[in-house]
Amino acid sequence: MIKQQVSEDQATAPVKLWKVSVSPHIKSGESVEKIMWTVVACLMPPLILSVFIFGIQTLFITAVSVVSCVAVEAVSQKALGRRVTIKDGSAVLTGLLLAFVIPPGVSPLLPILAAVFAIYIGKHLLGGIGYNFFNPALLGRAFLLASFPVAMTSAWLLPVESFGIFSYLGTSIDAVSTATPLAVMKEQGMAAFTEAFGSGAGLYSSFFLGWRPGCIGETSGLLLLLGGAYLLYRKYITYHIPGSILGTIALLTWVFGGETYFGGDPLLALVTGGAILGAFFMATDYVTSPTTRISQVVYGICIGALTVLIRLKGGYPEGICYAILLMNPLSTVLDSWFKPKRFAPPQGGAE
Amino acid sequence: MPVCRRSTPIEVQNIESMLTFPKGGTHPPELKEQTAGLSIEVMPVPDELELILGQHIGAPCTPTVARKEEIAEGALIGEVKRGLGVPLHSPVAGKIKAIGTSAHPMRVTAPSLTIGVDHEAAPVQYMEQDWQSSDGSELLQKVNDAGIIGVGGAGFPTHVKLSPPAGSPVDILLLNGAECEPYITSDHRQMLEHAAEIVGGAGIILKILGIKECYIGIESNKPDAIKMMTAAAGKASSGDCSIKIETLQVKYPQGSEKQLIQAITGRKVPAMALPSSVGVVVQNVSTAKAIYDGVVYGKPLYEKVVTIAGKGISKPANLLLKVGTRIKDIVDYLGGLEPGLSKIIMGGPMMGFAVSSLDIPITKTTSAILFLSEDEIDTSPHSQCIRCGWCLEACPMGLEPKEIGIYVEANRAEDTEPFGVFDCFECGSCAYVCPAKRPLVQFVRLAKMKAKRP
Repeated sequence: MIKQQVSEDQATAPVKLWKVSVSPHIKSGESVEKIMWTVVACLMPPLILSVFIFGIQTLFITAVSVVSCVAVEAVSQKALGRRVTIKDGSAVLTGLLLAFVIPPGVSPLLPILAAVFAIYIGKHLLGGIGYNFFNPALLGRAFLLASFPVAMTSAWLLPVESFGIFSYLGTSIDAVSTATPLAVMKEQGMAAFTEAFGSGAGLYSSFFLGWRPGCIGETSGLLLLLGGAYLLYRKYITYHIPGSILGTIALLTWVFGGETYFGGDPLLALVTGGAILGAFFMATDYVTSPTTRISQVVYGICIGALTVLIRLKGGYPEGICYAILLMNPLSTVLDSWFKPKRFAPPQGGAE
Repeated sequence: MPVCRRSTPIEVQNIESMLTFPKGGTHPPELKEQTAGLSIEVMPVPDELELILGQHIGAPCTPTVARKEEIAEGALIGEVKRGLGVPLHSPVAGKIKAIGTSAHPMRVTAPSLTIGVDHEAAPVQYMEQDWQSSDGSELLQKVNDAGIIGVGGAGFPTHVKLSPPAGSPVDILLLNGAECEPYITSDHRQMLEHAAEIVGGAGIILKILGIKECYIGIESNKPDAIKMMTAAAGKASSGDCSIKIETLQVKYPQGSEKQLIQAITGRKVPAMALPSSVGVVVQNVSTAKAIYDGVVYGKPLYEKVVTIAGKGISKPANLLLKVGTRIKDIVDYLGGLEPGLSKIIMGGPMMGFAVSSLDIPITKTTSAILFLSEDEIDTSPHSQCIRCGWCLEACPMGLEPKEIGIYVEANRAEDTEPFGVFDCFECGSCAYVCPAKRPLVQFVRLAKMKAKRP
């Protein structure tokens, strides 16, 4: 019966062949695209808030960053003869994260240069998605910090007054620039910090909600935490990496961060700088982080410790970017040290 | 892809108290509602059967009949003279038409016997025999003579499994009624319709092994089967043997031998070792039914309950088929194929084999034939590994599928032994969860060909 049907069809239409492949024949509904676009969606609330804090040009810088990352990805893949995969959202996510870690007052040329470095050199020359051993967005930031140190450490903006999101347009950035809380703390001491930003519960809450100078995306700890919580709920990330990073930063800052031992302010250390953004969205990047639970915790503790070391003793006020970049290439090493526990070793065998 | 759903509410126990294996596993959609409610239906015998001579693991049978020879139903038509194997019996009365080769889902072609069916011959009536007076070794011989192999899919000769090596004393028998593959309901129907025979088969195995303890593991998505089996087990249990039903959590691959043993007994079978090394023998519930038929009635294994499901077949069913029935005869009986058909699978969607021809006959180990449409299968292209580590979480054996895949792609398949490639039983959990849709089972099979066994 079937053969007849096929031969009749052959005369008119091409035969539709049955598929054959190795099992399993069904797959879960999760995909790389779904993961990437979900993370992008989780970063939208902090971006929108950032527009209301630093003005509309943050949106412009972010758009430039995203578009250039996607464009560089497409051109790189074409040039290297690979399948163009810009729809998978990974370049969009890199662009977004790159914009999140640069100051809101920089020239829009900077994210374009960073996109070329991060996506072409940092990702596609190393083999494309999965083979880059540095987080592309942080690599872009490190490149900018080394190439444009003045802009990257001074183009901070004070939060705008009551919805004046267009107030920075057309003004010279030099005229309005300010300093980030961590920079004030590092360069001028705690007294100057209290004078500039206040103290007590009001300080924590305004920092937590985002009303402070900082990079485009590191403003609101609350919205970033909500995004991170959603990723945890979807099981796209686990608590191991963010938990160990934030726990280590809090602990070490409490012990070593104050005038005396055990005199530091752990809560302030978490709500300032990029700690929450880094812990939930940068350090958890699948490609550049370890995969077994133990190595994830070790990785997180090392990032936290390096962050505090750079903040307290290093030359920069914020250290999580370099801490993550330093640990990125070690994640495969950690994975080879802490292997998953096998079901059962062979009987009387060598293992 | 629909989310995981239960076809029936759990009324037996709450989920925490149910047994399962602790590490790895996935929850593919169960999709059993299409056939779970359909009673086993006897399909009329087609005009021709084609019996593959190598139905079991081991050496294939050599034919004991010649071309054009007339044979009776249940007659011996093939046997293994040397090496591991079981005899083969004719499912029908008829005439040997050809001794040649048939299409085969795994081996492309395989030696086979073609039998022209004599529709006039009266079916054989098997009578209950006196088996209670036989001792263990006589019962074991009956199991061998009936051509019984593990019908759950492995096809390992049952009499060998029931004679554990002298150095490993066995104290527990497990019957596997987990049926964790999506779509398949043939074991479920067997448990509903033949509970007493399955429990009777368990009693015979206990006698062969000379032990007293039997547990039957059934996933909680089959509450009606749990009820029937519990009732049957209660009747059969006595002072000198105890048969208990254990409710298992719905989790794939619950029906894998090592995972089932760990779930029910807590014992871990070492790598490269047999279950008997931890004192356990596992048999499928349908194998227990075959043992009952073989020992009590002297009926050889030549019929099989097969689930036919998927959107690509006009009428889904649970069919009782003669071994050797070709897929095309089943399709004709069930009213033909649907236009959207995209893939035909022998076995379940997680571990089954895709076939390219309807001429392939079913064997003693076929438990399902699925006719899946485009929207029931995954056809998305795979991309590079993003090292998310989901495969490590899903692997029930604690292996590193991502590394195996990356090494195979880099032409270093021979270096994959340290990642546990030989512990892999190809359940497909890793490939199921992989967001990059990587064909990890295919990578593992390639790696197994090139890597050296430790």
